Amino acid sequence: MTKIAKGTWVEIERVLLKPEERAPNLPEDTRKCPYVLRISGFLQADAEIGADVTIRSLIGHEHTGLLRVVNPSYGHSFGATVPELLTIGLGDKS
Amino acid sequence: MSAPNRDMSFAAVTARKNEIMKASLGIDFMDFIQSPIAFDYERMMRETGYSLEDIARIQAETKVGNTPLFELKNLTEAVRSFAGPGKGATILVKDEAANASGSFKARRASISVYEARRKNYQGVAAATSGNYGAAVASQAAMRGLKCIILQEVFDSRGICQPEIVEKSRACEAYGAEVQRLSVGPELFYQLLMTLETTGFFNASLYTPFGIKGVETLGVEVAEQVRQRFGKDPDAVVITHAGGGNLTGTARGLLAAGCDQTRIVACSVDLGGLHMAADTDFNRKSFTTGHTGFGVPFATWPDRVDVPRNAARSLRYMDEYQLVTQGEVFYVTELLSKREGLERGPAGNISLTAAVTLARQMDRDQIVVVQETEYTGAGKHQNRQLSFARENGIEVRVGDPRENVPGKTIVIPERLEQVRGRVQDMDKLRRSYLKNAVKAYPLDQWNEGDYRFLAADLKQDVAWVQQAVSTIEMN
Ligand SMILES: Cc1ncc(COP(=O)(O)O)c(C=O)c1O
Repeated sequence: MTKIAKGTWVEIERVLLKPEERAPNLPEDTRKCPYVLRISGFLQADAEIGADVTIRSLIGHEHTGLLRVVNPSYGHSFGATVPELLTIGLGDKS
Repeated sequence: MSAPNRDMSFAAVTARKNEIMKASLGIDFMDFIQSPIAFDYERMMRETGYSLEDIARIQAETKVGNTPLFELKNLTEAVRSFAGPGKGATILVKDEAANASGSFKARRASISVYEARRKNYQGVAAATSGNYGAAVASQAAMRGLKCIILQEVFDSRGICQPEIVEKSRACEAYGAEVQRLSVGPELFYQLLMTLETTGFFNASLYTPFGIKGVETLGVEVAEQVRQRFGKDPDAVVITHAGGGNLTGTARGLLAAGCDQTRIVACSVDLGGLHMAADTDFNRKSFTTGHTGFGVPFATWPDRVDVPRNAARSLRYMDEYQLVTQGEVFYVTELLSKREGLERGPAGNISLTAAVTLARQMDRDQIVVVQETEYTGAGKHQNRQLSFARENGIEVRVGDPRENVPGKTIVIPERLEQVRGRVQDMDKLRRSYLKNAVKAYPLDQWNEGDYRFLAADLKQDVAWVQQAVSTIEMN
């Protein structure tokens, strides 16, 4: 596996609460899942994907977790066109 | 950040709530609390130490406030084309998207961040998946404070709600640390842990700082409408989730002397969807301004991250309108195509209700939509509808009455089909009283509790006595 270099912008994941440690009175589906944190920061030492690592966040705080993504980015967009919206409000122009 | 040998289990951290809150806010709520129900609300609001003038000055320092008020002439004309004779009030909109960070939430964040700076905290933290995170991050950036935002972002499949991804992006763009969390109410637990380990200020949405920050919005609406039309607004319609938007705006209107203005709440109807359910999380096309927050917060405000909530909407509310997701998307398109304004989802909820109100109101009356918010990738109606389709929700054009939250989104064919539905206010008030009885047994209530409840429900003591006697019987 390739080493990810110290200083790389990465995302880590950590389980904060296992299913049995979670809040009482959760709906069935939520209760079955662990409570999970994802956070991005600069990798503090060379490591491979999946390794337990430390990162430093944008405000300089350290967090530990499993290395999940290298150079994480925001995947959101305007989505596939919804044709039903296009003609709304065109009035006489359509 | 490591914590010194403390028990970090859910139960232990939650049990330390009061001590963590006191350290992270510098407010001792015990000063105001009179019983498990009653507290001195007005004194709490006063003793934050900020007058309306102070707040306006502080906000002007960080690019907040004095937003434009626009007349929506084409939309008003469109409503008049089908409203009855003499009907069709003028619709105005306050362009709150012009605040730094793009929404009215900048008003709410500004005083907390100022207070944190004044009290020499190193940073601020807030648990919020909405515009408020971006607002706190933006204000903190200007005041040179560190910022941590905690958000509920993804379900157990790892799928993120696109609007909240946009919020993660905005917060990181303003230099904040963003903790992205899976679905669950333990967001509050993670906030307590974060406050305890960092010693940061709790920029809660529900402190007096937050709510007082919104009062300037109500004052500006009053002044701008008077200046342009020489009279007070007849109705102000306000998107409702946690109720702070309504509370702060209404308090500002009252402070400016608009005591005849009708205060109308509005939420998107998401009836039937469970807010803490992993499988419902990505079946919603709105992340705020919906009944999943609106109804529980209106009917029991003190369910929040501070011991007593400064946002108490039933104190001020005259009416509560519901709209459907499809109706809001339709009106959002109209705002772009007819008024030349692209604005975001939550602000347009109240715009949708304003269509219904304007239709019922007289032509010479004025209805004010008191906010807009920015829009963009993730937030845009096209993304929310395509995301809904990807998650198995049916999206079609037709009669909005066929809308089923979590199953079917119906986009109206014509503006005439946009019809708000009012909630039964007395039912909401009774539901509040039931929650009060759960919090504190009825046989313990004293005169002060009755007086507090009457004020909190905008009723008199006799009404409360009568209403509780019927609750007891069923
Ligand atoms: C743009 C916008 N409008 C309205 C609301 C609702 O405000 P509140 O939660 O104070 O009722 C929110 C936040 O949830 C928001 O971000």
